Amino acid sequence: MTERIPVLKIGDVLLVSIQTDLEDQSVMNLQEDLAARIVETGAHGVVIDITALEIVDSFVGRMLATTAAISRMLDAETVLVGMRPAVAITLVELGLSLGGVRTALSLEKGLALLAGADPVRADRA
Amino acid sequence: MNGQSVTAEEEFSTLPITTNDDVVRARQLVRALAQQAKLSLVDQTKLITAASELARNTLVHGGGGVMRSGLVERGGRRGVTARFEDSGPGIPDLDLALTDGWTSGNGMGLGLSGARRLTDDFTLASKPGAGTTVSITKWVR
Ligand SMILES: Nc1ncnc2c1ncn2[C@@H]1O[C@H](COP(=O)(O)OP(=O)(O)O)[C@@H](O)[C@H]1O
Ligand SMILES: [Mg+2]
Repeated sequence: MTERIPVLKIGDVLLVSIQTDLEDQSVMNLQEDLAARIVETGAHGVVIDITALEIVDSFVGRMLATTAAISRMLDAETVLVGMRPAVAITLVELGLSLGGVRTALSLEKGLALLAGADPVRADRA
Repeated sequence: MNGQSVTAEEEFSTLPITTNDDVVRARQLVRALAQQAKLSLVDQTKLITAASELARNTLVHGGGGVMRSGLVERGGRRGVTARFEDSGPGIPDLDLALTDGWTSGNGMGLGLSGARRLTDDFTLASKPGAGTTVSITKWVR
């Protein structure tokens, strides 16, 4: 029983919001779907929203890192948004620091990052 | 007993782990127990993540098995234990298997070593040809 996660296109950016605890095959499907959609749409950015995820283990963590690498090769930048503090603490202790993945605290900031703006500085200006 | 007693394991529930969906079920079951035990949010997250790694190992490396889990108590402290059992090929070299980044397949090699770091009690027993049992416990602080 695998489920397909919707990939939305907003302008130049693909948006994926992971809403449920996914089994491993659905995680792999998402990685493949995203690669296909990047090529199909010519999108230059991918935002993966994990606000709803209560845990990220090494399988999902690797998918996130691999997706960022794949999209880079396909001329798109990936930003991971909405990671919970407890998830960040756990991932680092697990041994996965996701060094190659850009992150932002919110969807808004992630989109601003892809648009080339620095939302923090813009806020304070 | 002497106050060191651990809650009878007969009260543990048994979940078969034979599909990817069972790995999701294992996470959900451990989450429910962690909430019941009132582990802190960070400790809940660590325990569920460790359980997810071990459940996947049971399925992928052990060829399927079971998770036995429940609330435990020791010296007046509450905790959650999850034990993963399979009768798969076993692990020939435990130290190697517990090395960060070591995998016999195409994983990240962080499941066993990570689960050990993320939990308070971690025991690994395995015999080549006879299977593997990994037990983890997180105690309320
Ligand atoms: N239940 C098991 N049965 C047999 N071998 C196992 C089991 N669990 C772990 N192993 C072995 O230990 C290695 C390390 O496990 P782990 O740290 O979870 O990394 P990964 O699963 O990414 O390979 C595995 O590659 C496998 O060889
Ligand atoms: Mg593993």
